[in-house]
Amino acid sequence: MSEPSSLFDKVWESHTVGRLRNGQDQLFIDTHLIHEVTSPQAFGMLADLGLEVLLPERTFATVDHIVPTHTRVEPFADPMAAAMIAELRKNTAAHGITFFDVGGGKQGIVHMVGPEQGITQPGSTIACGDSHTSTHGAFGAIAFGIGTSQVRDVLATQTMAMSKPKLRRIEVNGALRPGVYAKDVILHIIRTLGVKGGIGYAYEYAGTTFDVMTMEERMTVCNMSIEGGARCGYVNPDATTFAYLEGRPYAPTGAAWAAAVEGWRALASDPGCRYDDVVVIDAADVPPTVTWGINPGQAIAIDELVPTVEGAPEHDKAGVAEALTHMKLQGGAPIKGTKVDVAFFGSCTNGRITDFIEVAKVMKGRKVHPGVQAIAVPGSHLVKLECERLGIDAVLKEAGFEWRDAGCSMCLAMNPDKLVGDQLCASSSNRNFKGRQGSPTGRTVLMSPVMVAAAAVTGVVSDAREVFGTGKAVA
Amino acid sequence: MALTPVTEARGTAVPIMANDIDTDRIIPARYLKAVTFETMGEGLFFDERFDQDGNSKSHPLDDPRRAGAGIIVTGDNFGCGSSREHAPQSIMRAGFRGIVAGSFAEIFFGNCTTLGLVCAVVDEAGRQELAELSERDPSVEVVIDVAAQEVRAGGKTYPASVRDTAREALLTGYWDPIGELLEGVERVKALAAERGHPRRGTEERA
Repeated sequence: MSEPSSLFDKVWESHTVGRLRNGQDQLFIDTHLIHEVTSPQAFGMLADLGLEVLLPERTFATVDHIVPTHTRVEPFADPMAAAMIAELRKNTAAHGITFFDVGGGKQGIVHMVGPEQGITQPGSTIACGDSHTSTHGAFGAIAFGIGTSQVRDVLATQTMAMSKPKLRRIEVNGALRPGVYAKDVILHIIRTLGVKGGIGYAYEYAGTTFDVMTMEERMTVCNMSIEGGARCGYVNPDATTFAYLEGRPYAPTGAAWAAAVEGWRALASDPGCRYDDVVVIDAADVPPTVTWGINPGQAIAIDELVPTVEGAPEHDKAGVAEALTHMKLQGGAPIKGTKVDVAFFGSCTNGRITDFIEVAKVMKGRKVHPGVQAIAVPGSHLVKLECERLGIDAVLKEAGFEWRDAGCSMCLAMNPDKLVGDQLCASSSNRNFKGRQGSPTGRTVLMSPVMVAAAAVTGVVSDAREVFGTGKAVA
Repeated sequence: MALTPVTEARGTAVPIMANDIDTDRIIPARYLKAVTFETMGEGLFFDERFDQDGNSKSHPLDDPRRAGAGIIVTGDNFGCGSSREHAPQSIMRAGFRGIVAGSFAEIFFGNCTTLGLVCAVVDEAGRQELAELSERDPSVEVVIDVAAQEVRAGGKTYPASVRDTAREALLTGYWDPIGELLEGVERVKALAAERGHPRRGTEERA
């Protein structure tokens, strides 16, 4: 019997091709995902170096960041967006790379498409030129966001240079309170450990709370690992993982499926394996959480007061002051009741079918506040179709949401979906950085999709449990 | 295929003394709309430097006394957020060769090293002194010595740390790993043949 080992160690070891001169490992990447923003320069570098794509069957492409969501008519009004999509079409065709293009029925945010198609598989290494690649860790994959030079490296060699991070197990146990969602779990984790708390670590999320989460919920948590500073985050694969994958277009079939499941099961972390750090959180301590500042760690429970500069630790005072100034919030005031201009529901964090089902439940028969622009952006075209099949689009439109096509949209506002001036956005996305949603003075409050719905209905940052009567607030 | 070793980074300094400066701030997303990195220098810290009418906010980057600066001095967790290489590209293309911070976000750190941009960690007291020195005399030259792991400025020396793997890569000229990765391609092909991949045998079904 060999030493008990973590999934992370098993996957790292089986993917290490060699040791580089500087001490980093040359890590084999099973699956490479690309999109229009961070890949064109990489193809340009390949051409400059006279290199080919080594294993084009291991790269998959889609277009997400720059696509408009209000129209799919081409050419897009923005000539740079048109040029970027043209470049991706040219590069994927020239190199024999599978491309899920708009109009093909499978386009979406790259972190939606991989799982939906069954491309994202347990025990694999995945890389993509996007920091939210950590999403794929929900399947027990080790998934890294990478820079464009590394996109070049993976295209040319199917490997990249990496130093092995340490491993921290984040164990959450027990049942989440009613009205508390996966988004609250990850916001709470980041708040607790800090936005740089994960530097140098890979995160393994475990415990009974994760055991009963759906794949969509696990993806929401893994998605924001990077916001906590971790290089990647994963959940060990289990029956929930396999049930999600079975029958997906790129999942193995027949005898190969049975063999794959057996292999995946064996990759899960062994009991008693070694971790560099363990953090244990009680699910009952996780409140509905919202951000008040300009990074995702600046978060509080919905019924807490916004922090004050005076109350902040010395090294944090300047950061708190800067955040309060940008957000135009008063330290010591409740966050609840803050006026909202825009409600953005979508993104690779919370643009999945389960998110839409939850929001539709609470929005049925309710109206968006007249002072709020509410937009609903499915994470993928397949999510959009499923919503339309279930009548969710009708519920949301009837309530006053704009119903859009799939893309990253107002999460980072590289398409026409942008905040204007100092608008405040209740957002189901992942980053509240200054200027993130398209206006340098725009303000973002991150929260779960149901909390976005509550803000849309009331026109102010609200406790969804009070607005919808779902789960009573615990005193 | 070794490149030119990077033994130091030197130049006048621009102090940007805040923690958690994210890559959206370093280069706003609208500047990412390009198919090359050539124009990235223009977007560097744009919204920190100019208001929406294009008026200068008197950011230290635009202080004429610091024209041609080579070193950024900043706080903890510099470069957090997005994996966009556009961020270090914009820093490099604006003429910088090194960054002195309290700590660096992981992806950003890797992206910098691959470009030969030196990332050195100096403690808070040291960075504060460097910033004050640069405020008093913006023309003072700051040198990051990679091998000695120290920062020198104004006749003083500050202990610095340049992570082992990055230091080795910079000093030996293997900071861009592509040449070395290509040396391993035969082993990669063998491993790839052993491991299944999602497109194998599924193209008809997909």
